[in-house]
Amino acid sequence: MPLVKGGKIQTDEYVHVADDAELPEAGAVLVSATRFLADPERVLRRREKVGVIWPNNRDVEDLVPYVERLALVALVFPSFRDGRAYSQARLLRERYFFRGELRATGQVLRDQFVFMLRAGFDAFEVKKQADAEAYAQTVKRYSVFYQPTGDGRVAAPFRRLQLRHSESAGL
Amino acid sequence: MYAYDEIDRTLINERVSEFRDQVKRRLSGELTEDEFKMLRLQNGVYLQLHAYMFRIAIPYGTLSSAQLRRLAHVARRYDRGYGHFTTRQNIQFNWIKLAELPDALADLAEVGIHSMQTSGNNTRNVTSDQWAGVAPGEIEDPRIWSEVLRQYTTLHPEFSFLPRKFKFAITAHAHDRAAIKIHDIGLRLHKNEQSETGFEVLVGGGLGRTPFIAKTIRPFIHGRDILSYVEAIMRVYNRYGRRDNIYKARIKILVHELGIEKFAQEVEEEWQQIRDGALRLDDDTIEDIRSRFSYPTYEKLPHMPEELRKAAHDPLFERWRRNAVFPHKATGYSIVTISLKPVGGPPGDATADQMDALADLADKYSFGEIRVGHEQNLALPHVARRDLPELWKALDKIGLATPNVNLVSDIIACPGLDYCSLANARSIPIAQELTRRFANHDTANLIGRLHINISGCINACGHHHVGHIGILGVEKNGEEFYQITIGGRADEKAELGVLIGPAVPYNEVADVIEDIVEAYLALRATPDELFVDTVKRLGVEPFRERVYATR
Repeated sequence: MPLVKGGKIQTDEYVHVADDAELPEAGAVLVSATRFLADPERVLRRREKVGVIWPNNRDVEDLVPYVERLALVALVFPSFRDGRAYSQARLLRERYFFRGELRATGQVLRDQFVFMLRAGFDAFEVKKQADAEAYAQTVKRYSVFYQPTGDGRVAAPFRRLQLRHSESAGL
Repeated sequence: MYAYDEIDRTLINERVSEFRDQVKRRLSGELTEDEFKMLRLQNGVYLQLHAYMFRIAIPYGTLSSAQLRRLAHVARRYDRGYGHFTTRQNIQFNWIKLAELPDALADLAEVGIHSMQTSGNNTRNVTSDQWAGVAPGEIEDPRIWSEVLRQYTTLHPEFSFLPRKFKFAITAHAHDRAAIKIHDIGLRLHKNEQSETGFEVLVGGGLGRTPFIAKTIRPFIHGRDILSYVEAIMRVYNRYGRRDNIYKARIKILVHELGIEKFAQEVEEEWQQIRDGALRLDDDTIEDIRSRFSYPTYEKLPHMPEELRKAAHDPLFERWRRNAVFPHKATGYSIVTISLKPVGGPPGDATADQMDALADLADKYSFGEIRVGHEQNLALPHVARRDLPELWKALDKIGLATPNVNLVSDIIACPGLDYCSLANARSIPIAQELTRRFANHDTANLIGRLHINISGCINACGHHHVGHIGILGVEKNGEEFYQITIGGRADEKAELGVLIGPAVPYNEVADVIEDIVEAYLALRATPDELFVDTVKRLGVEPFRERVYATR
C-alpha cells in the first residue's frame, strides 16, 4: 500500500517486524503494541527509529511514558467506519504532545484525509493507489472549519471575530 | 432567522463539490457500493425499497420562505412533486435519482440548506422547539445555542465515524416540545441561582429496540462550557461505545451498561482535561452567532382586533382558531400550526404546490418564516391576529386548514413498508384509516388531546414508544401484525408506553384503537382528564379488558 507523507508518495523507511522475528541490526522498525509493551526498553535502546502499531481498542494512555522516544505511532482503521483512532490521534497530539509521525493505517480512503489531518495524522498508508495519487487535491477540498482542533487551522468562530475586528478597524 | 455568512456558504459549497466528486467516482465504478454507502449516508442519501431517498436538514425547524420554495423546486424538479416532513425536523424525498443528487444539493446550497449528516453514524440535525423565539415564557431563544451546536457538530473531525447515529435536541421552555428526553443528548436551557444561562444535560435517551428515557448527567453546565462538555461526552462514547453489535451501539447502551454515575464520572474526568481549552465560548463568539439571527419588528396591535371579533361568528373559522392558533409572546400576534394530517392523507406530506403557496402566505402574514415541528406539522410563527381570518381562508384553499392539531387524527407515522426497506409492516395506511375513523371533528374534540404514533418496525422512527397510543408493526408468519402500547409521552414528563396485550392483525388495528378510545371516554374522571392521564391513574388493565374481552 502506498505511503503518503509530507504530501507526497514516499518509500516507507520502516521495516515491519513480526512478533516472533528478530529485530534487525540497523534501520527503523515498526513493531506491534504487544511486542513493544512486553519489553519497551529492549526495543527502544536500539537507538534507531522505533514505531508502534497501536490497536484502536487499547487506551493510548499506555503509550504516554514513551511518547518522547517513539518516532512513529501507527493507528489503525480496521474499517473506515470505525472512528476510534480519531480520538486516539487527537489525544496523542493534543494531550500527550506526541511530536513524531502519526500514521493512519488500515482502510484509509481519500474521503477521510481531511478528517485525519485535522485529528493530527501526518502520514497515510492508503488502501488504493488512485487515492494516494489524489492526496494533494483532496486535502484542498475544504478551506473552512467549524471546530478548533490541535492541527493549527483557524476555526470559524475565531476567523469570524478576526474578520469582524478587521472590518471595524476599517482594514 | 439565522443568516449564513461567507464561512457557512463556503463550507456548504465545498461539501457539494466533494459529494459531486464522490457520486462521479461511484458511477464510474471507482468506488465500491460499500465504500460509497457511508459517503452517501453522510449526505442523507438512503437506498429504499424503490429508489434513493434524500433527507434534508431543517436545523432547529426554522425555514425561510425562500428555502421552502426551494424545497418545492426540488420536489418538482428531481422528485414526484411532494416531500415528507419527518419527526426530526427534516424533509425527505423518496424518488430521487443518484446522478441528479449533486444538482439538487447545489440548488439547496444557494439558499443555505443541505443534507449533511442527516443519516450515517454521526451527529444528526440539531433539533429544537418549533416555537423557539416566539413562545411566551421562554428562558431565551434556544436556536442561538442550536446554531452553536450545529456548527460544532458539522464535519467534526473526531466524531464523524461514531459507533452509531447521535442526536441532539434543545428546549428552552418548561413545556418540552423538542422531545429532549428521547435524544442521545438532550439540553434544557435554564438559569442557575446566579441568573447565569446554562443547561441541564441529559444523556442516553432513545427509542429503537431498547428504548430509554434520557438521564440527567449534569443539572447545570454554564453556557460557555457547553461545547467542551459535549465533546467530553462524545469522546467517551467514541472510545468506549460498543461497535460489535449495531443494536447495542447507541450511547444509551453504554450509559445503561456503565450506569449513569460511572458514565458521568468518565465524562467529568475527560471534561476536566479540556474545559479551559479552545472550546470554551467567550461572550464575543456567542454574541456573534446571536447577531446573525434576525427578528421581526412587531407592530403594536390589539389582542382582540375587529377582524377577529367579526370572524368569531363563523363556526368553521372558530373551530380552526381554537384548534390551530396558539399564544405568542408579542401582544396581537399568534403562532399558527399548519396540520399536515388531512383526513385520509399520509402524515407529514406536503405537495410542491402547497409548499409554494405556504411560502407566499409566510411572506404575507409571517415575516417570511415557517417552522417545522417534530409532530410532522408546520407553523407560521408570527401571524398578526387581525390576519387570522384571511389566513384561514387561504390555508383552507390549499388544503392546509385541517383543525386536528394535537387531536386523535394528528398522527405521527414513519413511511413504513410502503417505502422503507427496514419495515415489517405498513404505517401510512393505518394512519390514513384512523384519520377516516376519527374524521368527525366534534368527536375528536370531545376526545381531546391524544397522540397516536405509528412505527412500521422496531427501529421506531414513528416514535411509537412515546405515543399516548403507540402502534408498532411486526411480522408474524409472513403477515403484518401490530403491537399496541398506551401511556407513552415525549414531553417533559416523558414515559414509555406499556403493551396492552398480544399483537393484532392489520385489519383489526383501527377497531382496537376505537375500543381504547371508547374505554377512555367511559373511564375518564372529568372531560378535562387527558387520555394519557387516565392511563396514568388507572393503569393499562381496564383498557386491556375492554380490547381483549371480545377478541
